[in-house]
Amino acid sequence: MSGGASVTAEPPARGAPPAAEPGGLRKHAVAVGFMLPAAILLGVWVVYPAVYTVFRSFFNATGKKFVGIDNYTALWSDELIHKSIVNNVYWVLVVPALITAIGLVFAVLTERISWSVAFKTAVFMPMAISLFAAGVIWRIMDQQEPGRGALNGVIGAVHDSFSPPGVLADASPSVPSLKGSASQGLVLQKPLGSGGEALLGLTGIPPEGMPAGAKQAVAPQPADGKIVGVVWRDFKPGGGVPGKVEPGELGIPGVKVALKDPKGGTFASTTSAADGTFSFDGVKGTGYKAAISAQTFRKPFSGVAWLGPRLVTPAVMIAYIWVWAGFAMVVIAAGLSAISREVLEASRTDGATEWQVFRRVTVPLLAPVLSVVFITMLINVLKVFDIVLSVAPGSTQTDASVIALAMWRTSFGGVNDFGLGSAIAVFLFVLVIPILLLNVRRFKREA
Amino acid sequence: MRIKKLTALVALTALAVAALVATSTAGAKTKHRGVSGSVSMTGIWTGPEEQNFQAVIDGFTKANPGVKVKYTSSGDQTPTVLSTAVAGGNPPDLAAVGQPGLMKDFASRGALKPIDFAKGVIAKNYTPSWSTLGSVKGHLYGLFFKGANKSTVWYNVKAFKNAGVKPPATWPALVTAAKTLRASGTPAYAIGGADGWTLTDLFENIYIRSAGAAKYDQLTNHQLKWTDGSVKAALKIMGQIFGDTANIPGGRSGALQTDFPTSVDQVLNATPKAAMIFEGDFVPGVSKSGSKALTDYNVFSFPSVNGSAPAVVGGGDMVIMFKDTPAARAFVSYLATSQAAAIWASKGGFSSPNKNVKASTYKDPLNRSTAIALAHAKTFRFDLSDLQPAAFGGTVGQGEWKIFQDFLKNPKNVNGIAASLEKSAAAAYKKK
Repeated sequence: MSGGASVTAEPPARGAPPAAEPGGLRKHAVAVGFMLPAAILLGVWVVYPAVYTVFRSFFNATGKKFVGIDNYTALWSDELIHKSIVNNVYWVLVVPALITAIGLVFAVLTERISWSVAFKTAVFMPMAISLFAAGVIWRIMDQQEPGRGALNGVIGAVHDSFSPPGVLADASPSVPSLKGSASQGLVLQKPLGSGGEALLGLTGIPPEGMPAGAKQAVAPQPADGKIVGVVWRDFKPGGGVPGKVEPGELGIPGVKVALKDPKGGTFASTTSAADGTFSFDGVKGTGYKAAISAQTFRKPFSGVAWLGPRLVTPAVMIAYIWVWAGFAMVVIAAGLSAISREVLEASRTDGATEWQVFRRVTVPLLAPVLSVVFITMLINVLKVFDIVLSVAPGSTQTDASVIALAMWRTSFGGVNDFGLGSAIAVFLFVLVIPILLLNVRRFKREA
Repeated sequence: MRIKKLTALVALTALAVAALVATSTAGAKTKHRGVSGSVSMTGIWTGPEEQNFQAVIDGFTKANPGVKVKYTSSGDQTPTVLSTAVAGGNPPDLAAVGQPGLMKDFASRGALKPIDFAKGVIAKNYTPSWSTLGSVKGHLYGLFFKGANKSTVWYNVKAFKNAGVKPPATWPALVTAAKTLRASGTPAYAIGGADGWTLTDLFENIYIRSAGAAKYDQLTNHQLKWTDGSVKAALKIMGQIFGDTANIPGGRSGALQTDFPTSVDQVLNATPKAAMIFEGDFVPGVSKSGSKALTDYNVFSFPSVNGSAPAVVGGGDMVIMFKDTPAARAFVSYLATSQAAAIWASKGGFSSPNKNVKASTYKDPLNRSTAIALAHAKTFRFDLSDLQPAAFGGTVGQGEWKIFQDFLKNPKNVNGIAASLEKSAAAAYKKK
């Protein structure tokens, strides 16, 4: 461009030398005039803050005391920053590669479907949402309680259709002699014989959680040759006496009760009646035990803790990839459409399989585009901030923290240590520089 | 801070204020006749709170037509706005702030003017705790206009009725009631563990009742170490709740993922997921359940630990003065009167620390009981974590908030938690 301008400027200079100088000056003035607004904006909002940040990083929290490189040494001992650097390394290793790969796959596959425009629009849609809002959406979807979080809702629906929750998921035994766990079922430890009675009291069942048709529990009447018993909600307002059937306490119908013989096998099994009673006939001798099967207590799916300390970083990454995959796809698809079809056709006629075409022809030809996407994502990922803030709840914000978030929290999140915050900012800047240089060099080469 | 905004949502009931305004104007008229000028003020009250405060201002300007009071809200950004304005040399005449630390900071820098002229009216209308909190080196700088009572426990009436339990007055009774609640099928405790400040509030209530106000003050100023036996004893008591994981909806890990508004609705909803929640008088304002006071939910005071006398932990918004003008003085004196407080109190969503505000002024019965308990408390202490350096007492993911979340994760680790609290506090005080 500048070369072209000087060429057009030369002829008049030759013809009339004295007139050239004011003309050049004016041109200069015009150029400066056009540059000035941008230069001022850059100066005020980029250069000055950047320089001041470096300057500020050598002062303490109040900004009054010069502390040398203390803030930079503090970087290495601060737990939050340490955790943030580790997380940032994971981000750099995982996310740009994954986004590029997903974008590539989408771009190649959408070439072959007739409804590719619809598909591309859908995948690109998240780009239209602000990163913060996308984070809020994912935070809601990631809720642990299946009734609130969409992800756990879906997993829970599948899970519960394979192993349906029991009628009394929250119940627990009311007396110590009734032992066991939710996984094994409850067993009454007292051995029973002919004429014995089994009182299987349960608590922890909300009134609205009782099976329909439950009636007042009835204490069983022992009889020879039988083992009788009752399963009931051993609770009335105030508590009542544990292990005793009292007025106001309901029997639990429909509970499967098994009678284990002395050897541990199942002698018989039955189901409790509306008043909670059950009985086993033909019992001889002693040593039997009454048990409620584990199935009764099987808990519904309680949800994956997506936002818990362990999964929060992957959860944020998923949200981030969801947003950026569309960008990668569109850029790569543009590159793909620029590839000459003849090359692909030629390799197909030469007998290459689809995979070989993809691996040996398409990908190498796309390499420049792929590297643009990869490097752009690399820079973005180093600076990732708002989506972490919006996805991670307060209790796991530290577990999900990244360098930019650590900078913000140290500077503005209540601590208000601008010194240390500036040092983190400078550190992040230094990390980004090599990648920026790489990018600038590539731009120059392409130009 | 964010709670205060929510508090006000509860209070949008339009009421007949005209009569009250009239009485207050009559009172003020006699006092400040002839004052003129203008008063600029900024503060944290926004939205409905701002409207209600405007009604308080109107009460003043009716009696003093010569004075113009202009209030602009700065919301949560008030500390930043004020710091910038003070640094720029042009602060407003008055400001309403929620942090005593901010007042002390400004006072020690000489940016504030003392309001000693209001000492008389404050002594008449407030219990001594409030003037102590508003004073720096013998001078009064802060007038508490709005208070918050955090020593309250909210419960679901139906859940308590199903279990046949009554609001407990002592800690052992609370633990017994919790067991009965669990047996009745409703977990006892809703805990908003995703928001660390709900946990520090619970600790502060247990601590003031188990260790006493004197130790509470020492701990506030870090004259007492967090590894002190009294802290560990309070942590053990707190552990009785955190350790009872079957009595928390979703267990401990569920509690850590539950934010405060969700935990409120666990209790206030028609079919409760939990029976009670330990938090302040702003709880109903946060609920989206549409439940009704008294019939659906109710409140009791934080139970006594080891027979301790009643004490209230809470917060408050104070008015501070940057420029000493006759008009500003007149307005500050007016704010200290019960007439001024009654204007907002009658609109709801407000607890006045002024003990001469009549109980009948509060329209909502629960608001009335928590506000009266606050204004008449013999022992009132400001929220301890709010008085700490922010790095320790008020930052997401670190300091107290984070460490109490760790305690919720592992309530057996009393010694380890006390040690990390002390480590974090010492670091924050060193930086300060």
